[in-house]
Amino acid sequence: MMPVLLWTDGLIFLLVAGLAGFVFVVRRHEHLAAPWRRVAGDPVGMAAAVLLLCFTGIAVLDSLHFRPALPAGPGGDKLGGEIQYAPEVKSLLDRALAPLIEHQEKSYSAPFASRLFIREAITLADGRTVRDFPRLQYGGAALADPDAGRAGDILVRAAAGLAGGLAVWLLLAWALRRPLRRSAARGTILYTLLAVCLIVGALAALAPHYHVFGTDKVGQDVLYATLKSIRTGVLIGALTTLITLPLAIGLGVSAGYFGGRVDDVVQYLYTTLNAIPGVLLIAAAVLMMQTQLETHPDWFETGAERADLRLLFLCMILGMTNWTGLARLLRGETLKVRELDYVVAARAFGVSNTRILLRHILPNVQHIVLISVVMDFSGLVLAEAVLSYVGVGVDPGMMSFGNMINGARLELAREPVVWWQLVAAFAFMFVLVLSANLFADSVRDALDPRSRGRS
Amino acid sequence: MTAYLLRRLLYAVPILIGVNLLTFALFFLVNTPDDMARLHLGVKRVTPEAVVKWKAERGYDKPLLVNAGAAGLAKVSDTIFFEKSLAMFAFEFGASDDGRDIAEAIRTRMWPSLAIALPTFVIGLLVNITVALILLFFRRTYVEWTGVVALVAMMSVSGLFYIIGGQFLFAKVWQLAPISGYQDGINAARFVWLPILIGVVGGIGAGARWYRTLFLEEAGKDYVRTARAKGLTETRVLFRHILKNGMVPILTGAVAVFPLLFMGSLIMESFFGIPGLGSYTIDAINAQDFAIVRAMVFLGAVLYIAGLILTDVSYTLVDPRVRLQ
Amino acid sequence: MRPVFLYPLLFLLSACSGPVNNPYPAAERGQQILYSAFSERPKHLDPARSYASNETVFLGQVYEPPLQYHYLKRPYELIPLTALAVPKPLYFDAAGKALAPDTPAAGIAESVYEIHLRPGIRYQPHAALAASRELTADDYVYQIKRLAHPALHSPIYGLMADYIVGLRDLGSELDMAAKRQKGWLDLRRFPLAGAVAVDRYTYRIRIKGKYPQFVYWLAMPFFAPVPWEIDAWYGRPGMAENNQTLDVWPVGTGPYMMTVHQPNRQIRLVRNPNFRGEPYPADGEPGDRAAGLLADAGKTMPFIDQAVYSMESETIPYWNKFLQGWYDASGISSDSFDQAVRTGTGGETELTPEMLEKGIALKTSVAATSFYTGFNMLDPVVGGLDEKHRKLRQALAIALDVEEYIAIFANGRGIPAQGPLPPGLFGYRDGKAGINPVVYDWVDGKPKRKAVAEAKRLLAEAGWPGGRDAVTGKPLVLNFDTAARGPDDKARLDWLRKQFKKLDIELVIRGTDYNRFQDKMREGTEQIFEWGWNADYPDPENFLFLLYGPNRKVGSGGENVANYVNPEFDRLFVQMKDMANGPGRQEVIDRMVTMLRADSPWLFGFHPKDYVLHHAWLQNVKPNLMANNGLKYRRIDPVARETARAAWNRPHWAGPLLAVLVLILVLVPAWRAYRRSQEATVFNEGRAR
Repeated sequence: MMPVLLWTDGLIFLLVAGLAGFVFVVRRHEHLAAPWRRVAGDPVGMAAAVLLLCFTGIAVLDSLHFRPALPAGPGGDKLGGEIQYAPEVKSLLDRALAPLIEHQEKSYSAPFASRLFIREAITLADGRTVRDFPRLQYGGAALADPDAGRAGDILVRAAAGLAGGLAVWLLLAWALRRPLRRSAARGTILYTLLAVCLIVGALAALAPHYHVFGTDKVGQDVLYATLKSIRTGVLIGALTTLITLPLAIGLGVSAGYFGGRVDDVVQYLYTTLNAIPGVLLIAAAVLMMQTQLETHPDWFETGAERADLRLLFLCMILGMTNWTGLARLLRGETLKVRELDYVVAARAFGVSNTRILLRHILPNVQHIVLISVVMDFSGLVLAEAVLSYVGVGVDPGMMSFGNMINGARLELAREPVVWWQLVAAFAFMFVLVLSANLFADSVRDALDPRSRGRS
Repeated sequence: MTAYLLRRLLYAVPILIGVNLLTFALFFLVNTPDDMARLHLGVKRVTPEAVVKWKAERGYDKPLLVNAGAAGLAKVSDTIFFEKSLAMFAFEFGASDDGRDIAEAIRTRMWPSLAIALPTFVIGLLVNITVALILLFFRRTYVEWTGVVALVAMMSVSGLFYIIGGQFLFAKVWQLAPISGYQDGINAARFVWLPILIGVVGGIGAGARWYRTLFLEEAGKDYVRTARAKGLTETRVLFRHILKNGMVPILTGAVAVFPLLFMGSLIMESFFGIPGLGSYTIDAINAQDFAIVRAMVFLGAVLYIAGLILTDVSYTLVDPRVRLQ
Repeated sequence: MRPVFLYPLLFLLSACSGPVNNPYPAAERGQQILYSAFSERPKHLDPARSYASNETVFLGQVYEPPLQYHYLKRPYELIPLTALAVPKPLYFDAAGKALAPDTPAAGIAESVYEIHLRPGIRYQPHAALAASRELTADDYVYQIKRLAHPALHSPIYGLMADYIVGLRDLGSELDMAAKRQKGWLDLRRFPLAGAVAVDRYTYRIRIKGKYPQFVYWLAMPFFAPVPWEIDAWYGRPGMAENNQTLDVWPVGTGPYMMTVHQPNRQIRLVRNPNFRGEPYPADGEPGDRAAGLLADAGKTMPFIDQAVYSMESETIPYWNKFLQGWYDASGISSDSFDQAVRTGTGGETELTPEMLEKGIALKTSVAATSFYTGFNMLDPVVGGLDEKHRKLRQALAIALDVEEYIAIFANGRGIPAQGPLPPGLFGYRDGKAGINPVVYDWVDGKPKRKAVAEAKRLLAEAGWPGGRDAVTGKPLVLNFDTAARGPDDKARLDWLRKQFKKLDIELVIRGTDYNRFQDKMREGTEQIFEWGWNADYPDPENFLFLLYGPNRKVGSGGENVANYVNPEFDRLFVQMKDMANGPGRQEVIDRMVTMLRADSPWLFGFHPKDYVLHHAWLQNVKPNLMANNGLKYRRIDPVARETARAAWNRPHWAGPLLAVLVLILVLVPAWRAYRRSQEATVFNEGRAR
């Protein structure tokens, strides 16, 4: 096995490390920790946080990439001598979901089906050919009679899965009893965890034997596609702001602090960028990025690296059109903070600009940055879907909610309707965006001094 | 006031030049004029001579930004960028790369776009304010709580789902609207009501929530408390004080986006086959028609700046304390 | 949230114009109008420029080249349209001496086609033309000269300049003239030796050497008449700025004329009042009489007054509108296939009960099209004509399961290709003799794809045992270049990767935009790609030239996109090109096809079957892949259409009303809660007072 570190993998680990560092710093400073304690006490916010953590967990699992070693070739040791690796990049999540990848049917099948969704010519034992729904290769394969015993089998397996989930939850609750003891949101957290455990348990018990969300046009399991899409969504939501954060903070704060020429230039920059209709700017930039990738095939070795680089560039481009909003907010806030007494005093004492910026200005505007990061997350996840529809989203080969919706549109025109891909994408995307929105609300309420005092 | 407006208008010039430069750079990094020629000449049997001829005809055979071969001012002016950008400021968009007049297309396509965007905007504004007021009205009842949750939920649904679902239900299953298409005049109503409905419903989540925040902010102010203390009924406080004062940021915000309505809605128009500016833009992106993309970007930028100026003006109108200088 | 206020408006509308979802003006009800659509606005409607099938749909109804294809007969047969007869070439040697028709190609220096026109044909009304202006031979000559006009970039100029005497010289002459003189060039001032009007109704075309396929070009809009007055009219200053060009407004002698051209909305063809009238064909294929296709035999065409084409960029709305009766005919996309068609127990295709109930009819035909997966023969990994590389390609040819592809993505609507030639063309072989022995075995009277094990064996022999380099053990990674990015493409690309996986080969999809893809093809940096070819005319030369060495893409910009160069094949191609159809030609073609199968520069894909559905009220529909002037044959029963539309488009109010009701029910308790709080306030206030 050879570990592979894609660009976005590196960034997401950086993000996780940064978060850990942030938590560490916050815990040591009471004035920083106070607002977060309010978040921790908000039941809705904490339930959303638990769900977000689950999504992030999946995304991180899906970011641990490697290339499995190939077995020695048919010629045995004679081949080359050194170990060769498969050209295909896998992730830990892929390994965990191996049965879902392998259980590929021929074409569409409905959720929990044991037969294909479309008719095919089947040659019977007596040589006659009939056109009927053939039995699935994997879905419900354990059943003797694909139609009669199915409901019972599903119930039994689901019950077993639920029981397993419950057991895991009990363990978790026991393990978490101390950190949660003082939390006002303990009940909600535990209930959310229970729901997650039960769902995961049931899915884990059913997925190896049935296609829980059905299969798509080429017979791939939709559940697998949905789980893989989570990483794309989370990455676009999280990395985009992260990548352009330095730009937004740098330009916004310096425009507010230094004023004059600097302010003029920064204002000119973001008014110009804002003036261009967003989709057009993104479309043009994405087309340009594709050209760059095309002319530099040496930048990547595998298809996964290519798709990954495209994702990274998409994040950057989205960030380019996104930083202006944050920069403007920061500029306004810095203008205010600059006139505060102790900042004026510090300037009068001849403290260097760098020091003032780092010691006084930044800590005073950090809540705006944090709020903007969490608030932008959901919007970006939604934007990905629209961009993929326009044709300037992520790599078409990459699994993402946008690509899923785009493909599912055609299925809606079929008769009978193939609804499961659209519904699965809808459900997962909805939960992801909803929990992001709720969490963002909670963070904003806690951090934004303006919203305090409002009910 | 006039002096202020004049200054703002002058300030717009460097922004528009910047916008032009940026689109130009982005587009020509993607497409060399050779690419454009080949795309427009078709797939089968295209000779290199035909490409050269096409470029010469459309003025794409010059250097992009700097003409090193020319002398003096011509170094800058005898280039694709200069020639194609200058006319923009006179709103002469010229012909698209396939030879059709862009200004003409914008004139005809503007109306279908407006037929959808304008009612969506106005009705949306009214509905969102109504919903926000209802939530405020039923404060601290279960209505507020469920309403807010519903708004967050509605906001968390991708706009694509509203369109896909709405079209599927109303046009295909219930057969209440034509699936796609457009006609002029009064007949347009049959085609646009569904996109408008979808647009309004899709916008409630974010819109009503935003207005509710504004109203809440207003409701927390001292004068509202005074009004209540005076013994005014809740209804009176809501409509006479909160709504009236809350409308200031709402209306000035609306004024800012108002000019942009001309640009139409990209996704909605392409889903419903509305021949507006939104679908025009999408088609141009797909066909890589630089002339159209550039014209639309320029138009968008102009409208954006118009929105900014309108906002400033409207501030002075609603709030006499603000003076423009 | 509450769309209630819209409903009165809707009821009002529904009361006055039939079904609420009628996309057409109420005034058009019950008229002889055919409704169809176009998915992409036609880029060029100038007969010298247009080469796309979505454009000939319109051009074919307006312009009349001298020849046309017989509507009903198969194999396709050329018959006169404005000409009196299909011209027979006269051959001459270098000295200008007439030669016998059976002279070998090598001895022929020039072929001359003399075309005699039917007198009395008149143009459509047009401001630039004298009232009922008659069609003359000069108009045809004028258009042939236009092919060389530098501003028009005619796509066939390069090809025709090789054949029509003096066309290339005319091209350079016009080039210079266009530089000297801005504005309209009167082409009558420039003589063209290769195209001359002999008298008012006769013109002559001189072709270098022998080019038997030339006569097919005479049935395409490239050789339609353009009167100089029209060219002058649109050449006036200021016309192009207002979209007044021949590229937008076709003007011809055909049965229809274009009256509305809104490229983003609608194109409308209206019956040409000056049309001479043409009798409906009196004979056809054996089954045609039974199918009712000869019911109108001898009657004067056209039958329909107008044809309205609406812009419909997506397939889903088109299909749904067709089912609702708003379009008269439709193809079937793979996603709506199950709804429309099922396969009977005997394997024959038939319509589903749902379709039959609506009276929808199905017409199928095998298109003169070949889809294939090509290898770039210049590529070091997959290209090359040596034994090893050949075996690699053969292995892939076996692994790529075209039958499954057809089943999933085309719903069985296609026949797996055994070679480059589609059925219906001369040279195509059916049955056991026609199978590709490299990929198929003949089992039980059917071709059967060889097993994957065979492919693995070939792969090992090619130096990649188990998909790994026999020497270094490196896994084999191949690249697939594509410009596809539509919603359905992801599934297709996934499927493709699955096929290569069978041989443990990793396929990397290099997706890109269309320009970039074209660049790659031109530079020869692609590796594996998909491509297709639609026949220009029903002759095997039109397919085999796609593999002719001098015609390769890299270097010479031809259509041989695989850059396949095999000297022996090229020699045979030159020989085959000029032969008359017969056993001799068949033998040469067989040898060429065998060569292609062994070399495998293409993985032969399939020849798609065209399925056309049409409603019962549309008559005289027979797919004709060569003819593009089918509108005049169609007939419509507007009364039946009106009845069906009314029956199929009953609005369902129950759903939305239910939604509104639920909304109200939700708000009632809220109102009551409010009342209660109000009362409480009043009570409190009262006490405070």
